[in-house]
Amino acid sequence: MSRTLNIRRAGPSMTVQDMGRAGYMSFGLSQGGAADKHALYEGAALLAQDPALAAIEMAGMGGEFEADADLHIALTGAPMRAKIDGVAVAWNASHPLPKGARLSIEAADAGVYGYLHVGGGIDTPERLGARSVHLAAGLGAAITTGDTLAIGAEDGALASNMCLPCDARFDGGLVRLVPSLQTSFFAKDDLDRFEAMTFQRDARGNRMGVRILPEGAGFHSDAGLSVLSEVIVPGDVQITGDGTPFVLLSECQTTGGYPRIGSVLPADLPRVAQARPGAALRFCFVTLEDAVAIDARMRAHLEGLRGAVRPLVRDPADIRDLLSYQLISGVTAGRDPERH
Amino acid sequence: MTQNWPRIRTAGFDGFLVSFGDNLSEPANRAALAFRAAVMRAGWDGVLDSSTSLVSTYLQFNPHWRDHAQMRTALEALLSERDWYGADLPEGRSLWRVPTVYGTDLAPQLEEAAAAAGMSAAEAVTSISQSRVRVQTIGFAPGQPYLGELPEAWNIPRQTALTEKVPEGALTIAIRQLVLFSVSTPTGWRHVGQTGFKLFRPDAEVPFVLRPGDEVLFVPTDAQTLHKMKAAGPDGGATREPIT
Repeated sequence: MSRTLNIRRAGPSMTVQDMGRAGYMSFGLSQGGAADKHALYEGAALLAQDPALAAIEMAGMGGEFEADADLHIALTGAPMRAKIDGVAVAWNASHPLPKGARLSIEAADAGVYGYLHVGGGIDTPERLGARSVHLAAGLGAAITTGDTLAIGAEDGALASNMCLPCDARFDGGLVRLVPSLQTSFFAKDDLDRFEAMTFQRDARGNRMGVRILPEGAGFHSDAGLSVLSEVIVPGDVQITGDGTPFVLLSECQTTGGYPRIGSVLPADLPRVAQARPGAALRFCFVTLEDAVAIDARMRAHLEGLRGAVRPLVRDPADIRDLLSYQLISGVTAGRDPERH
Repeated sequence: MTQNWPRIRTAGFDGFLVSFGDNLSEPANRAALAFRAAVMRAGWDGVLDSSTSLVSTYLQFNPHWRDHAQMRTALEALLSERDWYGADLPEGRSLWRVPTVYGTDLAPQLEEAAAAAGMSAAEAVTSISQSRVRVQTIGFAPGQPYLGELPEAWNIPRQTALTEKVPEGALTIAIRQLVLFSVSTPTGWRHVGQTGFKLFRPDAEVPFVLRPGDEVLFVPTDAQTLHKMKAAGPDGGATREPIT
């Protein structure tokens, strides 16, 4: 029998998201998918399932949910206050959600995009090979109150009551980028200034991209004014007509006429997407060679998340090898599995 | 073609852009389309996606499978195989006739665009509707064509201020090109015609209707007729014939 998640109250911008659709750039459709794809890996690790499964992305604010069967859920991304039947539950953790129980998720305390994952994944119909809603392309629509979302079958080996340490990508910070095809259109002075400056994430932003405000004068490229429209990829930092940078995210357009000063690495794009209005962002160019190494480390980190999950509550019955744990502060058995 | 072209540059962290010029020209556009087709045929490991812009071929790849140096070498080798500027247009092209309401409240910037091109509104309609334009690239939004090339008089700039929103199916003009919008969006292009032609149909067998190389005539019609044709289906009265 198919199981469903019922949306009792939808936040203002909740959408079903997965890794998006690759392979449609030549048709003008960008890959799309979760604004913070790292969160999809975290949710999958917490539930011990495939990161390709779809989840609910909640921009700024969650909603209220009720399942018609016993489910497992995980909560990741921007930390939000969550309760199950009125009892607070931990973020960046997985929990059982019993049939009929009410899950309520409030506003984000930090960051922008929170994620609700369910065991078995959200099982809305695939369109063009993915379940991701692509708002800019008009491919699917936001979730609304009263919607009923199908849930996929659990594979039986699901985990819950697990947690991951919280990541630091929700408060802005340093973002690494590589030079790209139009970086040379900008004078060295402007590139130096771009790296030295602290930017503030503007109120204007969505799944297509976010505007970032320079603390001083904007940026300018004479060559860029007459340039032909050229290919755009997520991460590109375009300098718009008034000199203000705009970082393109997962739902960006596929071509554009504004010159691009550089392109943010996939490893740091979630940090940009999760920066809330007012958050400080700084940029630093790295070489392509370093970028590849950074990317390899990111992939290893995401693939290793499953090994990093820990039980949420230390119930001795759940601890397989009791003796290897540190039971009293300062006293440890010879080998401590939690030391790094 | 010239000393500096074609040119290979990196695009983002995991892409290359092979450009055949810095101005739009028919040979450079054909070269970009043909080179992308050749990259696809080559079936290189690690290639994730590819596309063309007006004069460039874009290639996204996994740099952990095939590093940047290896990919650049492969691209250089393929580039040297032939004169890409002499390539033919893609096979299987179509001519589309798309019913279009010019001006009226459906397309409020016809007069303004005509004035910028030094024409009356009636002259502008004749000029645009008699130009058989070609899809130079699909981009920006799903299935959305950039079409050209219009007569020299249409070398008018984009507006400096954006139009807050043009509707889906809007026919817009600037820099000797037409863009037919597949989504409703803000734009700097002037809205001179309105069609009922749906370019992106995610659940249809052919989700993206137009292909680079296709040719289009925007045939004048009136609002009432367009309204009926829109109600009849996603083609909005557009017809297609193969170009042989």
